[in-house]
Amino acid sequence: MRINPFRSRAFPGDARHWPGLFTATAAFFAYVYLPILILVALSFNENRTVTVWTGFSLDWYAMAFANRDIVSAATNSLIIASIASVTATALATLAALRMASKDRFFGKTGINAVFALPITVPEIVPAVATLMFFASLGLTFGLGTVIIGHIVFCIPFAYLPIRARLEGMDPKIGEAAADLYATPVQAFWRVTLPQLIPGILSGLVLAFIISLDDFVTTFFLGGAGSTTLPIYIFGLVRTGVTPEVNAISSLMLLLSLSLVSLSLFLGRDQNRKSGPG
Amino acid sequence: MTRAGKNTLYRALLIGPALLAITIFMIVPLCLMAYISFRGRDYSGGVLWDQFSAEAYVRLFFERELDGTLALNFNYMFIILRSVWLSFLTMVISLAVGLPVAMFMATRDRKWKAVLVFMVTLPFWTNLLVRNYAWILLLRDHGTINSTLMWLGVISEPLPLLHNAFAVAVGLTYSFLPFMVLPIYSSLEKMDFRLVEASFDLYANRWQTIRRVILPLAFPGIVAGCVLVFVPALGAYITPELLGGGKTLMIGNLIGFQFGAARNWPFGAALGLFLLALVLISLGAYARRYRGELEGSQ
Repeated sequence: MRINPFRSRAFPGDARHWPGLFTATAAFFAYVYLPILILVALSFNENRTVTVWTGFSLDWYAMAFANRDIVSAATNSLIIASIASVTATALATLAALRMASKDRFFGKTGINAVFALPITVPEIVPAVATLMFFASLGLTFGLGTVIIGHIVFCIPFAYLPIRARLEGMDPKIGEAAADLYATPVQAFWRVTLPQLIPGILSGLVLAFIISLDDFVTTFFLGGAGSTTLPIYIFGLVRTGVTPEVNAISSLMLLLSLSLVSLSLFLGRDQNRKSGPG
Repeated sequence: MTRAGKNTLYRALLIGPALLAITIFMIVPLCLMAYISFRGRDYSGGVLWDQFSAEAYVRLFFERELDGTLALNFNYMFIILRSVWLSFLTMVISLAVGLPVAMFMATRDRKWKAVLVFMVTLPFWTNLLVRNYAWILLLRDHGTINSTLMWLGVISEPLPLLHNAFAVAVGLTYSFLPFMVLPIYSSLEKMDFRLVEASFDLYANRWQTIRRVILPLAFPGIVAGCVLVFVPALGAYITPELLGGGKTLMIGNLIGFQFGAARNWPFGAALGLFLLALVLISLGAYARRYRGELEGSQ
């Protein structure tokens, strides 16, 4: 029987219809989404005072696109996110291929803990530690140092979904390939990899978003010429709220949302293929 | 080459690169940070490498007077305590808000579950800075909330909502709330809701059912959620920076400050190590009791 999730007319033991649950959930989603919606709405407001609605306008978007600093910050963001996410995903894929197998070897649990380390520790700690490390080595802070920092924290975001995908694969398919006289190398290129591609792409997109959105690591490891969009926005916000910030922020939201939808779409597709029925 | 040797080589080639990247650019720097925290401070912003000093740790509790005597100074301890308190508050509020939401989600049918999980996850992938900035727009003196309340005639003067501990708590809860909802949801999702019916058949009322049936079954998820909210809140940097307005500092900001204007690396390193220890202790205590739950919930 199909039950309408928003109607409650049942006996008290039916937990689906407890009073207050729906109201609490509605309030929760309002709390989560209203601030974002207000931000986006205000980015289309023609008034400079930001909070009073006077009329629709695309001026702030035009201003943002005409601003050379913003364009160069966006370019930096894309360069860093592309290099960091591709490198991290490559490293993570190699590691996941070995770590996903069922056999146990010395240090396996420890290695898994190391791979999760960048997302378990608050970002500020490794950021300042790496700052001191690079400074002791005498490196010049800029795009290079930022990219290294990003690669490190992107690894777990790519590693965890790829390993999960590998663990979810049916080992019988690999065995079938071996039965059909495929060498391990052939079995990898023809059987394992094609199945894994959606998982890799999904991990890649997640790593890309995380890198694109990063503030703390970029802030501490950056130098002249490595200003990214979040760093630029932070600078503007500290000096005052302008409608231009609303426009760039809305564009960043749009970008993240489309990328995460893409990643989840890739992830969903693979579950269907791997599912038993 | 022997089979075992080949296996080892193969393992090293696959796992090695990622492991090396994290070791060199994260674990080594963290060790260096621990070392620097015991070195002397170079006032030009660096470190006196050949000089042992526990000054950074002394500084946590004392202030050195001009004549070299120590006087108790709790300014830094106060900031650390505030961080713990605000993170704890964030955790409790998130739990109170998250539990009914997780319960609602777990009792929907499959299609709705997928939609709701997507809606809860989505904000996590949007920019943290932008999400916190949105709250500036809401909480400012002439922001959305104050304008609306004044327009409604509820208040005549704008309420001081921004740049205080309240704003930071709101922002932290907003940033990390999904981390509470999802693990609780995944615990409850596995639960057999016929147990609730059974509890009612045995004359338990709603409150007794929640306390005796639902909470115990949701407990692993609740603990996971609490850790996942508390840990990042403790190390928060952006939220107190933007919504606290430089007045409501937390540990993260204090650490950052040592590498900016204050230029005191050993002290920053000591604070970083302190935060790392706090995090590892709470994670370690958790991992010992609930092995695997953290990974299982993601």
